[in-house]
Amino acid sequence: METQQDLSAEINAMGDAYARALKDGAPAETQPRLDYAPYRSSILRHPTKSLHHADPETIELYSPAFGHQDVHALEADLTIQHNGEPQGERIIVAGKVLDGDGRPVAGQLVEIWQANASGRYIHKRDQHPAPLDPNFTGVGRCITGPDGSYRFTTIKPGAYPWKNHVNAWRPAHIHFSMFGTEFTQRIVTQMYFPGDQLFPLDPIYQSIVDQDARDRLVASYDHNLTEPEWALGYNWDIVLTGSKRTWTENEALGAAGDEE
Amino acid sequence: MSTTTKLVPTPGQTVGPFYGYALPFEKDNELLAPGTPGSIRLQGTVFDGGGATIPDAILEIWQPDAEGKIVQQTGSLVRDGYTFTGWGRASVGHSGVYTFTTVNPGPTESGAAPFISVAVFARGLMNRLFTRVYLPENDEALAKDPLLSSLDPDRRRTLIARRDPDGGLTWDIRLQGEGETVFLDFR
Repeated sequence: METQQDLSAEINAMGDAYARALKDGAPAETQPRLDYAPYRSSILRHPTKSLHHADPETIELYSPAFGHQDVHALEADLTIQHNGEPQGERIIVAGKVLDGDGRPVAGQLVEIWQANASGRYIHKRDQHPAPLDPNFTGVGRCITGPDGSYRFTTIKPGAYPWKNHVNAWRPAHIHFSMFGTEFTQRIVTQMYFPGDQLFPLDPIYQSIVDQDARDRLVASYDHNLTEPEWALGYNWDIVLTGSKRTWTENEALGAAGDEE
Repeated sequence: MSTTTKLVPTPGQTVGPFYGYALPFEKDNELLAPGTPGSIRLQGTVFDGGGATIPDAILEIWQPDAEGKIVQQTGSLVRDGYTFTGWGRASVGHSGVYTFTTVNPGPTESGAAPFISVAVFARGLMNRLFTRVYLPENDEALAKDPLLSSLDPDRRRTLIARRDPDGGLTWDIRLQGEGETVFLDFR
Protein backbone atom coordinates (compact mmCIF):
# COMPACT_ATOMS: atom_id res chain seq x y z
CA MET A 1 0.00 0.00 0.00
CA GLU A 2 1.15 3.49 -0.76
CA THR A 3 1.86 5.82 2.11
CA GLN A 4 1.38 9.54 2.48
CA GLN A 5 5.14 9.86 1.96
CA ASP A 6 4.87 8.22 -1.48
CA LEU A 7 1.97 10.47 -2.42
CA SER A 8 3.59 13.61 -1.07
CA ALA A 9 6.71 12.89 -3.14
CA GLU A 10 4.55 12.76 -6.29
CA ILE A 11 2.58 15.86 -5.31
CA ASN A 12 5.73 17.82 -4.55
CA ALA A 13 7.49 16.74 -7.75
CA MET A 14 4.53 17.97 -9.82
CA GLY A 15 4.34 21.18 -7.82
CA ASP A 16 8.07 21.84 -8.27
CA ALA A 17 7.89 21.19 -12.01
CA TYR A 18 5.01 23.63 -12.29
CA ALA A 19 6.86 26.29 -10.28
CA ARG A 20 9.87 25.96 -12.62
CA ALA A 21 7.68 26.21 -15.71
CA LEU A 22 5.97 29.28 -14.27
CA LYS A 23 9.36 30.89 -13.67
CA ASP A 24 10.28 30.13 -17.30
CA GLY A 25 7.23 32.03 -18.47
CA ALA A 26 4.53 29.35 -18.74
CA PRO A 27 1.01 30.67 -18.17
CA ALA A 28 -0.53 30.20 -14.72
CA GLU A 29 -2.91 27.25 -14.46
CA THR A 30 -6.13 28.46 -12.88
CA GLN A 31 -8.07 25.16 -12.89
CA PRO A 32 -7.30 21.67 -11.55
CA ARG A 33 -5.41 19.30 -13.82
CA LEU A 34 -7.76 16.66 -15.20
CA ASP A 35 -4.76 14.31 -15.45
CA TYR A 36 -3.51 14.27 -11.86
CA ALA A 37 -2.32 10.78 -10.94
CA PRO A 38 -1.88 11.39 -7.18
CA TYR A 39 -5.70 11.29 -7.02
CA ARG A 40 -5.76 7.62 -8.02
CA SER A 41 -9.40 7.54 -9.12
CA SER A 42 -8.61 10.10 -11.83
CA ILE A 43 -6.20 7.82 -13.69
CA LEU A 44 -8.86 6.14 -15.86
CA ARG A 45 -11.31 9.03 -15.65
CA HIS A 46 -9.58 11.89 -17.43
CA PRO A 47 -9.73 12.57 -21.17
CA THR A 48 -6.36 11.96 -22.84
CA LYS A 49 -7.16 14.25 -25.77
CA SER A 50 -7.06 17.95 -25.07
CA LEU A 51 -10.39 19.68 -24.69
CA HIS A 52 -11.69 20.83 -28.07
CA HIS A 53 -12.07 24.57 -28.35
CA ALA A 54 -15.62 25.54 -29.26
CA ASP A 55 -17.48 28.81 -29.43
CA PRO A 56 -20.55 28.51 -27.24
CA GLU A 57 -23.75 28.62 -29.25
CA THR A 58 -27.39 29.41 -28.57
CA ILE A 59 -28.49 27.20 -25.67
CA GLU A 60 -24.99 27.31 -24.14
CA LEU A 61 -25.22 31.10 -23.88
CA TYR A 62 -28.19 30.78 -21.52
CA SER A 63 -28.62 29.13 -18.18
CA PRO A 64 -31.57 27.27 -16.77
CA ALA A 65 -33.76 29.51 -14.62
CA PHE A 66 -34.32 28.82 -10.93
CA GLY A 67 -36.43 30.77 -8.50
CA HIS A 68 -38.08 30.79 -5.12
CA GLN A 69 -40.52 28.20 -6.40
CA ASP A 70 -37.55 25.81 -6.56
CA VAL A 71 -35.94 26.51 -3.20
CA HIS A 72 -37.53 27.24 0.18
CA ALA A 73 -35.83 30.03 2.14
CA LEU A 74 -35.27 27.68 5.10
CA GLU A 75 -33.08 25.39 2.97
CA ALA A 76 -30.20 27.85 3.54
CA ASP A 77 -30.08 26.90 7.24
CA LEU A 78 -28.63 23.41 7.67
CA THR A 79 -29.01 23.57 11.44
CA ILE A 80 -32.83 23.59 11.53
CA GLN A 81 -33.69 20.61 9.36
CA HIS A 82 -34.39 18.27 12.28
CA ASN A 83 -35.98 18.41 15.72
CA GLY A 84 -32.81 19.19 17.65
CA GLU A 85 -29.61 21.20 17.29
CA PRO A 86 -26.77 19.47 15.43
CA GLN A 87 -23.47 18.84 17.21
CA GLY A 88 -20.47 20.98 16.36
CA GLU A 89 -19.34 24.50 15.76
CA ARG A 90 -22.14 26.60 14.21
CA ILE A 91 -20.89 28.76 11.32
CA ILE A 92 -22.19 31.21 8.75
CA VAL A 93 -20.78 30.96 5.23
CA ALA A 94 -21.63 33.91 3.03
CA GLY A 95 -20.34 35.62 -0.08
CA LYS A 96 -21.14 36.53 -3.65
CA VAL A 97 -21.32 34.75 -6.97
CA LEU A 98 -19.74 36.96 -9.67
CA ASP A 99 -18.96 36.48 -13.33
CA GLY A 100 -15.52 37.11 -14.80
CA ASP A 101 -16.35 40.77 -15.35
CA GLY A 102 -17.35 41.19 -11.72
CA ARG A 103 -21.07 41.30 -12.47
CA PRO A 104 -23.21 39.75 -9.74
CA VAL A 105 -24.99 36.54 -10.71
CA ALA A 106 -28.47 37.25 -9.40
CA GLY A 107 -31.33 34.82 -8.83
CA GLN A 108 -29.29 31.69 -9.45
CA LEU A 109 -29.14 28.33 -7.68
CA VAL A 110 -26.41 27.51 -5.14
CA GLU A 111 -26.33 23.99 -3.70
CA ILE A 112 -24.03 22.75 -0.91
CA TRP A 113 -23.33 19.44 0.80
CA GLN A 114 -20.87 18.43 3.49
CA ALA A 115 -19.82 16.04 6.23
CA ASN A 116 -20.97 16.60 9.82
CA ALA A 117 -18.76 17.89 12.64
CA SER A 118 -17.27 14.41 13.08
CA GLY A 119 -16.27 14.12 9.44
CA ARG A 120 -19.07 11.73 8.52
CA TYR A 121 -21.36 12.03 5.50
CA ILE A 122 -24.88 10.73 5.73
CA HIS A 123 -24.24 9.02 2.35
CA LYS A 124 -24.49 5.25 2.65
CA ARG A 125 -21.14 4.77 0.92
CA ASP A 126 -19.38 6.62 3.73
CA GLN A 127 -18.14 3.90 6.08
CA HIS A 128 -15.93 6.13 8.26
CA PRO A 129 -16.61 4.95 11.83
CA ALA A 130 -17.44 8.41 13.16
CA PRO A 131 -20.90 9.16 14.54
CA LEU A 132 -23.79 10.22 12.35
CA ASP A 133 -25.72 13.15 13.76
CA PRO A 134 -29.50 12.61 13.80
CA ASN A 135 -29.91 16.39 13.67
CA PHE A 136 -27.68 17.03 10.68
CA THR A 137 -28.12 16.00 7.04
CA GLY A 138 -25.58 18.36 5.50
CA VAL A 139 -27.49 19.56 2.42
CA GLY A 140 -28.46 23.16 1.68
CA ARG A 141 -29.71 25.30 -1.18
CA CYS A 142 -30.37 28.94 -1.82
CA ILE A 143 -31.08 31.42 -4.62
CA THR A 144 -28.60 34.31 -4.92
CA GLY A 145 -29.83 37.83 -4.16
CA PRO A 146 -29.87 40.76 -6.63
CA ASP A 147 -26.23 41.48 -5.69
CA GLY A 148 -25.20 37.84 -6.25
CA SER A 149 -25.07 37.17 -2.51
CA TYR A 150 -25.63 33.83 -0.83
CA ARG A 151 -25.64 32.92 2.87
CA PHE A 152 -25.77 29.58 4.65
CA THR A 153 -25.92 28.70 8.33
CA THR A 154 -24.33 25.33 8.99
CA ILE A 155 -21.88 23.34 11.14
CA LYS A 156 -18.15 23.35 10.52
CA PRO A 157 -17.44 20.01 8.83
CA GLY A 158 -14.75 17.68 10.16
CA ALA A 159 -11.81 16.26 8.24
CA TYR A 160 -12.27 12.63 7.22
CA PRO A 161 -10.18 9.69 6.05
CA TRP A 162 -10.44 8.20 2.57
CA LYS A 163 -8.86 5.32 0.73
CA ASN A 164 -6.62 7.02 -1.83
CA HIS A 165 -3.55 5.81 0.11
CA VAL A 166 -2.67 4.79 3.68
CA ASN A 167 -3.55 7.55 6.14
CA ALA A 168 -5.19 9.79 3.54
CA TRP A 169 -7.31 12.56 5.07
CA ARG A 170 -9.37 15.18 3.31
CA PRO A 171 -9.12 18.73 4.68
CA ALA A 172 -12.46 19.97 5.99
CA HIS A 173 -14.54 21.29 3.09
CA ILE A 174 -18.01 22.15 1.87
CA HIS A 175 -19.03 21.10 -1.65
CA PHE A 176 -20.53 23.96 -3.69
CA SER A 177 -22.50 23.77 -6.94
CA MET A 178 -23.26 26.97 -8.86
CA PHE A 179 -24.89 28.14 -12.07
CA GLY A 180 -24.08 31.34 -13.91
CA THR A 181 -25.96 33.25 -16.55
CA GLU A 182 -24.62 30.87 -19.20
CA PHE A 183 -24.40 27.10 -19.02
CA THR A 184 -20.67 27.30 -19.87
CA GLN A 185 -20.17 28.85 -16.40
CA ARG A 186 -21.50 25.79 -14.58
CA ILE A 187 -19.17 24.87 -11.72
CA VAL A 188 -18.95 22.33 -8.91
CA THR A 189 -16.14 22.92 -6.45
CA GLN A 190 -15.13 22.69 -2.78
CA MET A 191 -14.65 25.46 -0.22
CA TYR A 192 -11.97 25.01 2.42
CA PHE A 193 -11.20 26.65 5.77
CA PRO A 194 -8.15 28.85 6.39
CA GLY A 195 -5.00 27.38 7.92
CA ASP A 196 -5.78 23.69 7.38
CA GLN A 197 -2.64 21.60 7.98
CA LEU A 198 -3.87 18.95 5.54
CA PHE A 199 -3.63 21.21 2.46
CA PRO A 200 -0.12 20.11 1.37
CA LEU A 201 -1.04 16.44 1.77
CA ASP A 202 -4.32 16.37 -0.15
CA PRO A 203 -4.17 15.30 -3.82
CA ILE A 204 -7.59 16.81 -4.58
CA TYR A 205 -6.66 20.27 -3.33
CA GLN A 206 -3.18 19.95 -4.84
CA SER A 207 -4.58 19.00 -8.27
CA ILE A 208 -4.71 22.77 -8.65
CA VAL A 209 -0.95 23.19 -8.99
CA ASP A 210 -0.94 26.99 -8.76
CA GLN A 211 -0.85 28.36 -5.22
CA ASP A 212 -2.80 31.53 -6.07
CA ALA A 213 -5.50 29.43 -7.74
CA ARG A 214 -5.68 27.02 -4.77
CA ASP A 215 -6.03 29.97 -2.42
CA ARG A 216 -9.23 30.95 -4.24
CA LEU A 217 -10.94 27.93 -2.69
CA VAL A 218 -10.13 28.96 0.88
CA ALA A 219 -12.71 31.05 2.75
CA SER A 220 -11.64 33.95 4.99
CA TYR A 221 -12.64 34.23 8.61
CA ASP A 222 -14.79 37.36 8.78
CA HIS A 223 -15.61 38.80 12.19
CA ASN A 224 -18.19 41.09 10.59
CA LEU A 225 -20.15 37.98 9.63
CA THR A 226 -19.75 36.44 13.06
CA GLU A 227 -22.89 36.77 15.16
CA PRO A 228 -22.54 37.39 18.93
CA GLU A 229 -23.38 34.39 21.12
CA TRP A 230 -24.29 32.44 18.00
CA ALA A 231 -21.95 31.57 15.11
CA LEU A 232 -18.54 32.25 13.52
CA GLY A 233 -18.57 33.82 10.07
CA TYR A 234 -16.64 32.87 6.93
CA ASN A 235 -16.63 34.79 3.70
CA TRP A 236 -16.07 33.21 0.30
CA ASP A 237 -16.75 34.77 -3.11
CA ILE A 238 -16.98 32.68 -6.26
CA VAL A 239 -15.94 33.97 -9.67
CA LEU A 240 -17.39 32.12 -12.65
CA THR A 241 -15.72 32.05 -16.05
CA GLY A 242 -16.22 35.17 -18.16
CA SER A 243 -19.44 35.61 -20.01
CA LYS A 244 -19.44 35.10 -23.78
CA ARG A 245 -22.80 36.56 -24.61
CA THR A 246 -22.97 40.12 -25.92
CA TRP A 247 -24.79 41.86 -23.11
CA THR A 248 -27.35 44.52 -23.84
CA GLU A 249 -26.69 47.78 -22.06
CA ASN A 250 -29.53 47.21 -19.63
CA GLU A 251 -28.35 43.73 -18.70
CA ALA A 252 -24.80 44.98 -18.21
CA LEU A 253 -25.93 47.86 -16.02
CA GLY A 254 -28.39 45.71 -14.10
CA ALA A 255 -30.91 47.38 -11.84
CA ALA A 256 -29.02 50.70 -11.95
CA GLY A 257 -29.59 50.86 -15.70
CA ASP A 258 -33.32 50.45 -15.27
CA GLU A 259 -33.55 53.62 -13.20
CA GLU A 260 -32.38 55.94 -15.93
CA MET B 1 -18.22 49.15 -20.10
CA SER B 2 -15.80 47.18 -22.22
CA THR B 3 -12.70 47.95 -20.20
CA THR B 4 -13.70 46.21 -16.94
CA THR B 5 -10.93 44.24 -15.28
CA LYS B 6 -11.35 40.50 -15.74
CA LEU B 7 -11.44 38.51 -12.53
CA VAL B 8 -9.73 35.14 -12.41
CA PRO B 9 -12.27 32.31 -12.17
CA THR B 10 -12.51 30.13 -9.08
CA PRO B 11 -11.16 26.61 -9.77
CA GLY B 12 -13.52 23.66 -9.96
CA GLN B 13 -13.07 20.47 -7.94
CA THR B 14 -14.33 16.92 -8.27
CA VAL B 15 -17.94 16.26 -7.29
CA GLY B 16 -16.52 13.43 -5.15
CA PRO B 17 -18.30 10.24 -4.10
CA PHE B 18 -20.88 11.65 -1.70
CA TYR B 19 -23.20 13.86 -3.81
CA GLY B 20 -25.88 11.16 -3.85
CA TYR B 21 -27.90 12.51 -0.93
CA ALA B 22 -27.55 16.13 -2.06
CA LEU B 23 -27.71 16.72 -5.81
CA PRO B 24 -30.46 14.28 -6.89
CA PHE B 25 -34.08 15.37 -6.41
CA GLU B 26 -37.47 13.94 -7.26
CA LYS B 27 -38.05 13.69 -11.04
CA ASP B 28 -34.65 15.28 -11.66
CA ASN B 29 -34.23 13.33 -14.92
CA GLU B 30 -37.82 13.87 -16.13
CA LEU B 31 -37.89 17.08 -18.17
CA LEU B 32 -41.30 15.74 -19.16
CA ALA B 33 -43.36 13.11 -17.41
CA PRO B 34 -42.67 9.73 -19.07
CA GLY B 35 -45.47 8.87 -21.49
CA THR B 36 -46.24 12.50 -22.33
CA PRO B 37 -46.96 12.79 -26.08
CA GLY B 38 -43.75 13.78 -27.82
CA SER B 39 -41.52 12.67 -24.97
CA ILE B 40 -38.48 10.50 -25.70
CA ARG B 41 -35.93 8.62 -23.68
CA LEU B 42 -32.30 9.72 -23.83
CA GLN B 43 -30.13 7.01 -22.37
CA GLY B 44 -26.59 5.74 -22.42
CA THR B 45 -23.68 4.31 -20.51
CA VAL B 46 -20.68 6.09 -19.03
CA PHE B 47 -17.31 4.31 -19.43
CA ASP B 48 -13.82 4.85 -18.04
CA GLY B 49 -10.52 4.39 -19.87
CA GLY B 50 -10.41 0.69 -19.01
CA GLY B 51 -13.82 0.08 -20.59
CA ALA B 52 -15.49 -0.33 -17.18
CA THR B 53 -18.80 1.38 -16.54
CA ILE B 54 -18.78 4.32 -14.13
CA PRO B 55 -21.54 4.12 -11.53
CA ASP B 56 -20.63 7.28 -9.60
CA ALA B 57 -21.18 9.93 -12.24
CA ILE B 58 -23.94 12.50 -12.51
CA LEU B 59 -25.01 14.28 -15.70
CA GLU B 60 -26.90 17.43 -16.51
CA ILE B 61 -28.60 18.31 -19.77
CA TRP B 62 -29.78 21.73 -20.94
CA GLN B 63 -31.67 22.10 -24.19
CA PRO B 64 -34.22 24.07 -26.19
CA ASP B 65 -37.78 22.79 -26.51
CA ALA B 66 -39.10 20.86 -29.53
CA GLU B 67 -39.58 24.11 -31.46
CA GLY B 68 -36.01 25.25 -30.80
CA LYS B 69 -37.07 27.85 -28.25
CA ILE B 70 -34.74 28.47 -25.31
CA VAL B 71 -36.94 28.21 -22.24
CA GLN B 72 -36.42 30.44 -19.20
CA GLN B 73 -38.95 28.82 -16.86
CA THR B 74 -38.28 28.16 -13.19
CA GLY B 75 -39.52 25.01 -11.50
CA SER B 76 -36.91 22.37 -12.37
CA LEU B 77 -36.40 21.36 -8.72
CA VAL B 78 -40.12 21.09 -7.96
CA ARG B 79 -41.54 19.73 -11.20
CA ASP B 80 -45.25 20.20 -11.75
CA GLY B 81 -45.38 17.61 -14.53
CA TYR B 82 -46.41 20.16 -17.17
CA THR B 83 -43.77 22.90 -17.33
CA PHE B 84 -40.82 22.16 -19.59
CA THR B 85 -37.76 23.90 -18.11
CA GLY B 86 -35.16 22.49 -20.51
CA TRP B 87 -32.84 21.35 -17.73
CA GLY B 88 -32.43 18.02 -15.96
CA ARG B 89 -30.02 16.00 -13.87
CA ALA B 90 -29.51 12.23 -13.87
CA SER B 91 -27.43 10.08 -11.54
CA VAL B 92 -25.75 7.22 -13.33
CA GLY B 93 -26.95 3.92 -11.86
CA HIS B 94 -25.00 0.90 -10.58
CA SER B 95 -24.60 -0.45 -14.11
CA GLY B 96 -23.25 2.84 -15.45
CA VAL B 97 -26.49 3.70 -17.27
CA TYR B 98 -28.25 7.07 -17.18
CA THR B 99 -31.74 7.93 -18.44
CA PHE B 100 -33.56 11.19 -19.16
CA THR B 101 -37.12 11.72 -20.34
CA THR B 102 -37.15 14.76 -22.61
CA VAL B 103 -38.09 15.95 -26.10
CA ASN B 104 -36.07 16.10 -29.29
CA PRO B 105 -34.57 19.58 -29.21
CA GLY B 106 -35.57 21.79 -32.13
CA PRO B 107 -33.09 23.88 -34.14
CA THR B 108 -32.49 27.23 -32.45
CA GLU B 109 -32.00 28.79 -35.87
CA SER B 110 -33.40 27.71 -39.20
CA GLY B 111 -31.12 25.05 -40.68
CA ALA B 112 -29.03 24.61 -37.50
CA ALA B 113 -28.27 21.11 -36.21
CA PRO B 114 -30.21 20.58 -32.95
CA PHE B 115 -28.17 19.48 -29.94
CA ILE B 116 -28.42 19.08 -26.19
CA SER B 117 -25.72 20.63 -24.00
CA VAL B 118 -24.28 18.20 -21.44
CA ALA B 119 -22.20 18.64 -18.26
CA VAL B 120 -20.50 15.54 -16.82
CA PHE B 121 -19.49 15.17 -13.17
CA ALA B 122 -17.94 12.07 -11.55
CA ARG B 123 -15.87 10.87 -8.66
CA GLY B 124 -12.29 10.85 -9.97
CA LEU B 125 -13.06 13.55 -12.51
CA MET B 126 -11.21 16.66 -11.33
CA ASN B 127 -13.50 19.20 -12.98
CA ARG B 128 -16.79 19.04 -14.86
CA LEU B 129 -16.65 18.34 -18.56
CA PHE B 130 -18.88 19.93 -21.19
CA THR B 131 -19.99 18.18 -24.32
CA ARG B 132 -22.93 18.04 -26.75
CA VAL B 133 -25.22 15.36 -28.05
CA TYR B 134 -26.62 15.92 -31.55
CA LEU B 135 -29.69 14.33 -33.09
CA PRO B 136 -28.67 11.88 -35.85
CA GLU B 137 -31.11 13.15 -38.48
CA ASN B 138 -30.53 15.90 -41.05
CA ASP B 139 -27.11 15.17 -42.56
CA GLU B 140 -27.04 18.55 -44.26
CA ALA B 141 -27.36 20.46 -40.98
CA LEU B 142 -24.83 18.18 -39.26
CA ALA B 143 -22.34 18.74 -42.09
CA LYS B 144 -22.67 22.52 -41.71
CA ASP B 145 -22.37 22.56 -37.93
CA PRO B 146 -19.31 24.63 -36.89
CA LEU B 147 -18.24 22.26 -34.12
CA LEU B 148 -18.85 18.97 -35.93
CA SER B 149 -17.17 20.15 -39.12
CA SER B 150 -14.05 21.05 -37.11
CA LEU B 151 -13.62 17.41 -35.98
CA ASP B 152 -12.19 14.29 -37.62
CA PRO B 153 -14.94 11.83 -38.62
CA ASP B 154 -14.09 9.31 -35.88
CA ARG B 155 -14.18 11.99 -33.19
CA ARG B 156 -17.26 13.67 -34.66
CA ARG B 157 -19.13 10.38 -34.31
CA THR B 158 -18.84 10.54 -30.50
CA LEU B 159 -21.21 13.52 -30.38
CA ILE B 160 -24.06 12.08 -32.44
CA ALA B 161 -26.72 9.97 -30.75
CA ARG B 162 -28.20 6.78 -32.20
CA ARG B 163 -31.94 6.73 -32.87
CA ASP B 164 -33.60 3.76 -31.18
CA PRO B 165 -36.53 1.84 -32.76
CA ASP B 166 -38.86 3.29 -30.08
CA GLY B 167 -37.90 6.84 -31.08
CA GLY B 168 -35.51 7.36 -28.17
CA LEU B 169 -31.87 8.32 -28.30
CA THR B 170 -28.87 6.34 -27.13
CA TRP B 171 -25.62 8.15 -26.49
CA ASP B 172 -22.67 6.75 -24.53
CA ILE B 173 -19.93 8.76 -22.85
CA ARG B 174 -16.34 7.55 -22.84
CA LEU B 175 -14.14 9.60 -20.54
CA GLN B 176 -10.91 8.12 -21.91
CA GLY B 177 -9.40 5.84 -24.52
CA GLU B 178 -10.82 4.39 -27.72
CA GLY B 179 -13.86 6.36 -28.84
CA GLU B 180 -13.14 9.03 -26.23
CA THR B 181 -15.99 11.54 -26.26
CA VAL B 182 -15.12 15.03 -27.49
CA PHE B 183 -15.17 17.37 -24.51
CA LEU B 184 -15.29 21.11 -24.99
CA ASP B 185 -13.33 24.12 -23.85
CA PHE B 186 -15.28 27.37 -24.12
CA ARG B 187 -12.48 29.75 -23.13
